[in-house]
Amino acid sequence: MLIVNVIGLGLIGLIIWWFWLYKPKAMQIKEAVSDNEITIVVEDGVYQPANISLNENSAIRLRFIRKDASPCASTVLFPDLDVSAELPLDKPFIVTLPTMKKGEYSFHCQMKMYNGSIVVK
Amino acid sequence: MKKSLSKKKSLTTKLNTLELIIEGAGCASCVGKIEMVLSELNEVQNAEMNFALRTVTVTFIDNKSVDSALLIQAIESIGYNAKSAQDSSDEELLDEKEIAERKYYQKLMLQMWVGLGLGMPLMIYSLLGGPMTVNSALERSVWLFIGLMCAAVMYFAGKHFYIGAYKSFINHSANMDTLIALGTGTAWLYSMVVVINPTIVPEMARHVYFEATAMIIGLINLGLALEVKARGRTSEAIKRLIGLQAKTARVIRDSQGKRQEIDIAIEKVQLNDVVRVRPGERIPVDGVVVEGSTSIDESMLTGEPMPVQKIKGDEVVAGTINKIGSIIFKATRVGKDTALAQIINMVKRAQNSKPPIGRLADVISAYFVPVIMIIAIASALIWLNFGPDPRIAFAVVSATTVLIIACPCALGLATPMSVMVGVGKAAEAGVLIRNGEALQTSSKITAMVLDKTGTITLGAPKVTDIHVFSELDENRILSLVASLEAGSEHPLAQAIVESANEKKLSLNKVEVFKALAGRGVEGIVDNNKLVFGNKKLMVEQNITLTKEIIISAQTMASEAKTPMYFAVNGELVALIAVADPIKGDSISAIKRLQDNGIRVVMLTGDNKATAKAVADKVGITEFFAEVLPEDKSAKIAQLQAQGEIVGMTGDGINDAPALALANVGFAIGTGTDVAIESADITLMRGSLHGLADAIAVSKATLANIKQNLFGAFIYNLAGVPFAAGILYPFFGLLLSPVIAGAAMAFSSLTVVSNANRLRFFKPQDH
Repeated sequence: MLIVNVIGLGLIGLIIWWFWLYKPKAMQIKEAVSDNEITIVVEDGVYQPANISLNENSAIRLRFIRKDASPCASTVLFPDLDVSAELPLDKPFIVTLPTMKKGEYSFHCQMKMYNGSIVVK
Repeated sequence: MKKSLSKKKSLTTKLNTLELIIEGAGCASCVGKIEMVLSELNEVQNAEMNFALRTVTVTFIDNKSVDSALLIQAIESIGYNAKSAQDSSDEELLDEKEIAERKYYQKLMLQMWVGLGLGMPLMIYSLLGGPMTVNSALERSVWLFIGLMCAAVMYFAGKHFYIGAYKSFINHSANMDTLIALGTGTAWLYSMVVVINPTIVPEMARHVYFEATAMIIGLINLGLALEVKARGRTSEAIKRLIGLQAKTARVIRDSQGKRQEIDIAIEKVQLNDVVRVRPGERIPVDGVVVEGSTSIDESMLTGEPMPVQKIKGDEVVAGTINKIGSIIFKATRVGKDTALAQIINMVKRAQNSKPPIGRLADVISAYFVPVIMIIAIASALIWLNFGPDPRIAFAVVSATTVLIIACPCALGLATPMSVMVGVGKAAEAGVLIRNGEALQTSSKITAMVLDKTGTITLGAPKVTDIHVFSELDENRILSLVASLEAGSEHPLAQAIVESANEKKLSLNKVEVFKALAGRGVEGIVDNNKLVFGNKKLMVEQNITLTKEIIISAQTMASEAKTPMYFAVNGELVALIAVADPIKGDSISAIKRLQDNGIRVVMLTGDNKATAKAVADKVGITEFFAEVLPEDKSAKIAQLQAQGEIVGMTGDGINDAPALALANVGFAIGTGTDVAIESADITLMRGSLHGLADAIAVSKATLANIKQNLFGAFIYNLAGVPFAAGILYPFFGLLLSPVIAGAAMAFSSLTVVSNANRLRFFKPQDH
């Protein structure tokens, strides 16, 4: 029984670490883009890539390709930038973002099931 | 799949690319042809086609760029069709969206039947008392077969949950898929362990839960399918607005010296094109009437039921309906610049923005799924440590049920669904709400400040009375005064000239004209010396004012009219009253606001007597007169300091600072002018009823959001402890995972359906 309890508590610890404490590495804009454009695939509950980093005051275009037919995936919101877009299915859609100051800007679907962030350094 | 033809020139600029969607490219060899024809254009550096997506990305050299029409032409010349990826019309996007949603719905329904096809018979068997246990070799074989069938169901009907859960997991995030995958996975895995190696679990706990796994997958797919249907209805308002756009326009063009009328697609109408609209047709783009007259139904945009008369020089707006006459107009705004396109854009943006009330739900959503996972583990541990036998079976059931019953979607959907319907509903009533914050704040407004001119009144002074004190007739007097004032730009002078024009009076030449600042004008017309102005001017010119004249002037002032004195050759001949008439429904609209407990305050730059007269007429007791435009914001701040949540309504021209400072700025749009940046809410028609409508819609939407949030919170707060088995020690009750699956599937549907109730909201009749 002790072992089961230890495993259970260990799992709880792992959940806390994996989902909250661990900071995933953001995809560097330099690696991922040509012409300051990055393609984000919207599929299976995740944006790929979900974490993007770029330098301050650089322009960026996000080219979304939505492959998930669920209505939730159809809207992408950038609440801090007051930008939102309806993404068509299986068709690229470009969202041009304004130049951003240093900070972290999240983007997500209407229900916040799809989550992503842009870190401006 | 990818192939590129590059001219290998240096790439120095950024963001100078264009994406086209290709139609009719059925083979991979088309790729080369398309890339080639585009690369041959001088301005194009590189053309790269993605055959899988049927798109081609064109990169231009340096700062050069080519109109997408030229690129499309080049592609069409080799036998394919193309369109710009960003240029899909709203209608096309909507059609595509509907087709995609329909397909998705059908897929979900099929997956539901697959899930329920296995789950239902098993559940009925269990409800009829059939043993769901593994105690013999035969039972093991049968359950092994069913377990494998269940795995097939999980694959065919629930694959998306497992893939979604896995991908989220490796991205350090968790969502609804995670909960469903873990819940159904736990139930299935435990059952398989019982089937494959029953001896490792106590005899009492050799229970299988395949029916729960299959039922949950079926029910959740059903819930999602119904949600897709219900969601479609939340965007009805935007569909209606998009439906207002005409598909074609009849353009008049000169071809080989001949005037030809041709029907062209709406996207091809260009600025300054001359367009003919026949009775019953929709106005295709915005423009100015150049020939003909008609009456136009603008109700779809402004909510104003009466048709509006249009003559040469008047503006017409895309989406409105030409009622009787035939007109020709010149296009002044086309494509995405038309008022209708801007309204659609604004409504779409507002529908996607969140009011502050939704922030708490957002914060909770961010932690929700991992917290539920922790609760599920904690619940299992509690059952294992303190529960009755068979502990392990109770632990599995409670953990599965906790994972399945929790519904982050209901929380996530609560706010956006209501905002979507509420903002759309407001747009139908001619009220454009800029964002969610404006929507929320306007539901709390306690004081409404109204600008007088152009807001309560029409903003266009008119001659209301002519009191004659001589033998000259009214028309002769008006003709003389209008001749004198013809060159003046003063609004009162314009009112007089307009009145003369309406009566088709001829104007004569003025000699020795003199404008006397702050008093009036004088001049000679037809050898008569004319003086026209205020009382001060008459006194200066020693013109006798009889008692009768003075009383008449006082009466005019008390009726919110401005009396103007007119003297010919030193003798007063008439009093002309000019007034800015109060809008027909201002009185009832202001009463509606007051009946809702809102303190209504009027601001005006006019003198006290006129201000008081107007305020009295419309039932406003609190007003500030002679307020300079720059002082209007100070008055707003003063009210805010008194603890009021202030709405400010103005025509948006000189009220910008006050509109910006107010908690909610309302701009009165002139007809369909929506480009009023400083306002939070734009009323597309002039009527002040729009204010009460806006507040009523906001209140209804906020109430709806609160119901949704309350429902979603309570559902999760109550559901999760029930699922964990909190009732078991008292009543011996433990929730079945199947019930949890049904509850979860229908909780988000309930939220969407409740938001849909807002569709039936009607602002009070007026």
